Amino acid sequence: MLGKFTSRNDIIPLFKDGMTIMNGGFANKGMPERIIDLVLESGARHLKLISNDTGDPNETVGRLVHEGRIDKVICSHIGMNAETVALYGEGKIEIEFCPQGSLMERIRAGGSGLGGVLTKTGLGTMMQEGKQIIEVDGENYVLETALRADISMVRCRMADPLGNLAYRGTSRNTNALVAMAGDITIVDSDLLVEMDEIGLDHIHTPGVFIDKVLAD
Amino acid sequence: MDIRNRIAKRVAAFFQPGDVVNLGIGMPSLCPNYSDPTVLFHTENGLIGTGPTATGLHSMTNFTNASGQAITPLPGAVSFDSATSFAIVRSGRLAATVLGALQVAENGDLANWARPGYMVGMGGAMDLVCGVRKVIIAMELCTKKGDPKILKECSFPLTGKGVVDHIVTEQCVIDVTPDGLVLTDIIEGVTPEDIASKIEPDLKVSDNLKIMES
Repeated sequence: MLGKFTSRNDIIPLFKDGMTIMNGGFANKGMPERIIDLVLESGARHLKLISNDTGDPNETVGRLVHEGRIDKVICSHIGMNAETVALYGEGKIEIEFCPQGSLMERIRAGGSGLGGVLTKTGLGTMMQEGKQIIEVDGENYVLETALRADISMVRCRMADPLGNLAYRGTSRNTNALVAMAGDITIVDSDLLVEMDEIGLDHIHTPGVFIDKVLAD
Repeated sequence: MDIRNRIAKRVAAFFQPGDVVNLGIGMPSLCPNYSDPTVLFHTENGLIGTGPTATGLHSMTNFTNASGQAITPLPGAVSFDSATSFAIVRSGRLAATVLGALQVAENGDLANWARPGYMVGMGGAMDLVCGVRKVIIAMELCTKKGDPKILKECSFPLTGKGVVDHIVTEQCVIDVTPDGLVLTDIIEGVTPEDIASKIEPDLKVSDNLKIMES
């Protein structure tokens, strides 16, 4: 296949037990559905998931929870997914809540070679518990540490053979950040396009961040 | 007007022409029906210029609100990634955010994301109350059981400390000020004493108390 375009059979074996995976998208929309299929097919278990949310019960990324593949989630909320809420209540899944803006900055930092970010979000709430408080110019900030994943899973609108990506509308949201923070980054694109078809001023994620684009 | 629309209409009166405003899910989503047409709405999942719920051919999976419902991007809308979305939130570019509440304290502490035995995450609420210029709470004055929600101190986990500016309920508007809670608007047929009896903290009455449309 051309460039980073990759067959599903070459992607499935990449997923291994105990890995940390990161998922783009928000509230079931803009999620890398066909890569989630491949995680299920791989049989990988005891995964740690970093995602804005866990989708609806047995929908999108919620399928990984439904099939019992996830041991821990780092996310901003689980309220849409009664299965996750129930497993959390029974102590069968570990949840680390993180304010959404801080979660996004942690992922951006992880993808940018940074150790973390300083934010006022969560000061004076239980979200500062166990975290360093750092004073800068007389103001207190919470240190939020960087997040990376063994595999990042991204959904986009267009991908070319170099892995240059363009998103559409609100589906860019967490995908553009998740795309930067994986040791291996795999893309589910609505459209596969030719070199230069996106237009160099209209590329949102440079292909240098991307390893594989699902192409069959 | 039903209670939800009554509250939404009064909340919208806080918006100024040209403001960019973030709306929480539920009752706050009714505010655009009563807002100045130059007010733009931000949705934290990555767009400024959110329009009405979209149906049929206009319903696109790539244009949704924070609940995942399809919306219509208005002319002039712009989409962006989530780091940019929260840069807009934390840096004070938004004039207001409208959120629900479980409890509000007299010093402006807000609890709206968890209660004992039920913790499902805060989403973007902690970032919103931390950085947006004005935090407006849209809620009913008391719980369904009739217990007060405006308290001397919140007992539930906080969303933010000292962050609330205005509380709009079906009976009144209360401002959080350095001198305590001040009643600014009230519906006909209700007295300031009635409101004071339904909240825990002391309530001052504005010299310029207005009648709230009901």
